[in-house]
Amino acid sequence: MKRFQTALIVSALGLLSVVLTGCDAALINPKGPIGLAERDLIYLSVGLMLIVVLPAMFMAVYFFLKYRETQGAEYEPSFTHSSKIEWVVWMVPVIIIVILATITWITTHRLDPYKPLEHENPPITIQVISLDWKWLFIYPEQGIASVSEMAFPINTPIAFKVTSDTVMNSFFIPRLGTQIYTMAGMQTQLHLIADKPGNYKGISSGYSGHGFSDMKFTAIATETPEDFQKWVQKVKASPNKLSSEADFNKLAKPSYGYPVTYYSSVKPNLFKETMDKYMAHDHHGAENESGTSHASEKGAAGHQKNSQADAMHHTGGH
Amino acid sequence: MLGKLSLEAIPHDPIVVVTLCVVGLVGFALVAWLTLTKKWGYLFTEWFTTVDHKKIGIMYIIMAFVMLFRGFSDAVLMRTQQFISSAGGESILNPHHYDQIFTAHGVIMIFFVAMPLIVGFMNIVTPLQIGARDVAFPFLNNLSFWLFISGVVLINLSLGLGEFAQCGWLCYTPLSELEYSPGVGVDYWIWSLQISGLGTLLSGVNFFTTIIKMRAPGMTLMKMPVFVWTVLCSNILILAAFPILTVSIALLTLDRYFGFHFFTNDMGGNMMMYVNLIWAWGHPEVYILVLPVFGIFSEVFATFSRKPIFGYTALVWATAVITFLSFVVWLHHFFTMGAGANVNAFFGITTMIISIPTGVKIFNWLFTMYKGKIVVNSMMLWSIGFILTFAIGGLTGVLMSVPAADFVIHGSVFLVAHFHNVIIGGVVFGCFAGITYWFPKSFGFTLNEKWGIRAFWCWLIGFIVAFAPLYVLGLMGMPRRISQNIDPEFHAGLSWAALGAAIIAVGVICQVIQFIVSIKEREQNRDLTGDPWHGRTLEWATSSPPPFYNFAKTPHATSHDAWWDMKMDGYQKKMPENLQPIHMPKNTYAGVIIGILATIFGFAAIWHITWLAIISLGGCFLAWILKSFDEDIDFYVQVDEIEAIERKHFEEVQEGLKAEGEEANYAH
Repeated sequence: MKRFQTALIVSALGLLSVVLTGCDAALINPKGPIGLAERDLIYLSVGLMLIVVLPAMFMAVYFFLKYRETQGAEYEPSFTHSSKIEWVVWMVPVIIIVILATITWITTHRLDPYKPLEHENPPITIQVISLDWKWLFIYPEQGIASVSEMAFPINTPIAFKVTSDTVMNSFFIPRLGTQIYTMAGMQTQLHLIADKPGNYKGISSGYSGHGFSDMKFTAIATETPEDFQKWVQKVKASPNKLSSEADFNKLAKPSYGYPVTYYSSVKPNLFKETMDKYMAHDHHGAENESGTSHASEKGAAGHQKNSQADAMHHTGGH
Repeated sequence: MLGKLSLEAIPHDPIVVVTLCVVGLVGFALVAWLTLTKKWGYLFTEWFTTVDHKKIGIMYIIMAFVMLFRGFSDAVLMRTQQFISSAGGESILNPHHYDQIFTAHGVIMIFFVAMPLIVGFMNIVTPLQIGARDVAFPFLNNLSFWLFISGVVLINLSLGLGEFAQCGWLCYTPLSELEYSPGVGVDYWIWSLQISGLGTLLSGVNFFTTIIKMRAPGMTLMKMPVFVWTVLCSNILILAAFPILTVSIALLTLDRYFGFHFFTNDMGGNMMMYVNLIWAWGHPEVYILVLPVFGIFSEVFATFSRKPIFGYTALVWATAVITFLSFVVWLHHFFTMGAGANVNAFFGITTMIISIPTGVKIFNWLFTMYKGKIVVNSMMLWSIGFILTFAIGGLTGVLMSVPAADFVIHGSVFLVAHFHNVIIGGVVFGCFAGITYWFPKSFGFTLNEKWGIRAFWCWLIGFIVAFAPLYVLGLMGMPRRISQNIDPEFHAGLSWAALGAAIIAVGVICQVIQFIVSIKEREQNRDLTGDPWHGRTLEWATSSPPPFYNFAKTPHATSHDAWWDMKMDGYQKKMPENLQPIHMPKNTYAGVIIGILATIFGFAAIWHITWLAIISLGGCFLAWILKSFDEDIDFYVQVDEIEAIERKHFEEVQEGLKAEGEEANYAH
């Protein structure tokens, strides 16, 4: 048993040191209400489950030590069934899962990434396109774009429209919460908000090929709308433009660890066109913006696919 | 003429070249030794062509260990690379190499380590526990094994010829499509899984039929040992789930080889469909692996607590419920795809419901120990280690079934920690317990306990040190599968993880020593009685190793602890009377031939050597058709031969009982 104790102490110390270095972990110390709600949900779920898990772990060790052959404890080989115990071991987990399922139902709807956030400030829209292997952010309202860096003011809901011009990726700013997949020819949506200013790390958390490791970006949450405007002006002062298909194709070429780049102007509808180019024989995608799939007389497969992610979402209960 | 194959297919990476040289040398030494000692004939007639389920099971498990060595080397390389990269050091593995390694690690550990271990146990134990003489389709069983070996050969070829896939173990589309993965890597993935998957499907048919049709008289379904129940459910899952894998891979094959657009970005393809299909197989696959392991733990807990399993009926029902539920949870692997809240909530809730029957199982094992007389040995330690680690793995699993919580930990190393928590703590620990438990049944001597216990402690501690940091790193926002320029804030955690991998490596070394020491000391540790653990189920009623016909006389089962009941009724092993000739299947080389042809076909398909592919595939079908006309497939074991075998066993039992008696006297 002495070996066992040493082992326990060593592992506990190891674990502790890791936990200490991770006390400012992104998901534990989020910078926005979505991330905060998700952290609290993690705490609550783990707490609920520990009600069953801790006694089970305790019993495993206790029964094992107590009923060892050498201990001479009570031996009753006929004890193979007990309705009382069976009731308890079925009902306690059932009750906990019923509670957890209720929490799940409520939080899944409340934290639905597609749900616009209610806030006194009007939202800003950022279109996100994942490329090999970098992130392009388009600000349709400002007419600008940037690569590997984005900015937004705190206390302002951000409506992300997300797609991919390559394989699947997952768009994720850990400090703010929820991630969402990016898929070519489809649009997914994500609503986030920051309540503390700072430069937050952004990543792709869905493997997408050789340059995946360096597919990072910085999300700047500015303290005031004025600071955000300053950033916009900085972008607008850039000599780079993303105004033609050729410009975009040049950017879309596979590259590793793309530097921060600003574009003072961007081709209108670039986001829409990026999605549309994956849809065969369909040039009416723009009519589909609302996301409701409607059976037009053209009936092209592309039509339905255009709004697939949205449509799936809507049939899912909206 | 040779398709895509040319000299350029041989990799130049120094790490690969060194590995190839070492593998080549070891392989050459092995072949030379076999040739010099003239062992080829013996191997071919006694092992390769065998239809004996026990020998096939042993071959599966040996291959699993060989592949475990490769999969574990991959793990060590990944831990090293992440450790160095997060310290800002020079990369030892570029993305092209690293991405192959993590893909190969996942594929090998699931398909070529965990699966053969499970199928190996099914083979060795199931017919013995149900009192049968072999499986329902002995030739098919041999063929399954060779198709599996075909997959093993192909995946290992990718190391020295061309490249392996770089798309993660499930090769998500569109990354695995021709546009983004033009090399042969994905094709290696496709054909090694397709061919070995066919073998698994045939095993599923075989064991399902065996359990349904070939149980000993008296063994009704509710009198089957728990292990047999879990194998039955696992095979039902194989029958229902593996065709989905076959079809998903076949559709991807059409995309890659014939320009179809099932899962491409353009022309109406839909990558989400692939992800749905592959997980509709992938989630049941988890239970295909873990259910039989639950069966192993049930046997170990009952045997070494000296008590029948607690709540047998509940345990069986819990297994059945898990079998069904495992098919309605697949979407929890991609809550972040943008499905609606109702869809996500539905799949989240079905997932957490699975934790109820699983929790019940854990409590049944705990109450099996309660008021028992527990023998402390390495098998019980693996089992307790399993409950402790699996409880944590279950907890984090249920946590991730809550969609809004999964939104932040999906795709992170938290997930990596979770599934290693259930697969190492569950499947691997269970298989190690099972190997120790049934080793004497297979080979006639027990394994060394001292080294077994050392291996356990190294594995348990190494596991905690390697994976606990990954949970923390996941909460810090570290994604899985990154390899270059890793954020230095992750370095501390990755250092612990690397240390953990090193401790596990010591555990693996302990296991190698355990096998060497056990083989050296086999004369002292012989199992003469055939029942070294005072077991409860029918496999302990025959000798160790059992004769090729398993039982001279078919036993009669009275409960799920049939052998224990017989012993309680005062049964003593005696010379069987009124022996009858026994009908047995003959060995066949058809499986080897079809396996070789399938390998050639896979190779030709990977390298686009059309003529060779057509010839070898035609050869496969031809061999199969010719085999079906073969009527010389069985024979009768004559009474005098049975009598001689049984007499020898009976004498050994007497010797063994005497030795046991002396030991008992000495102890008092």
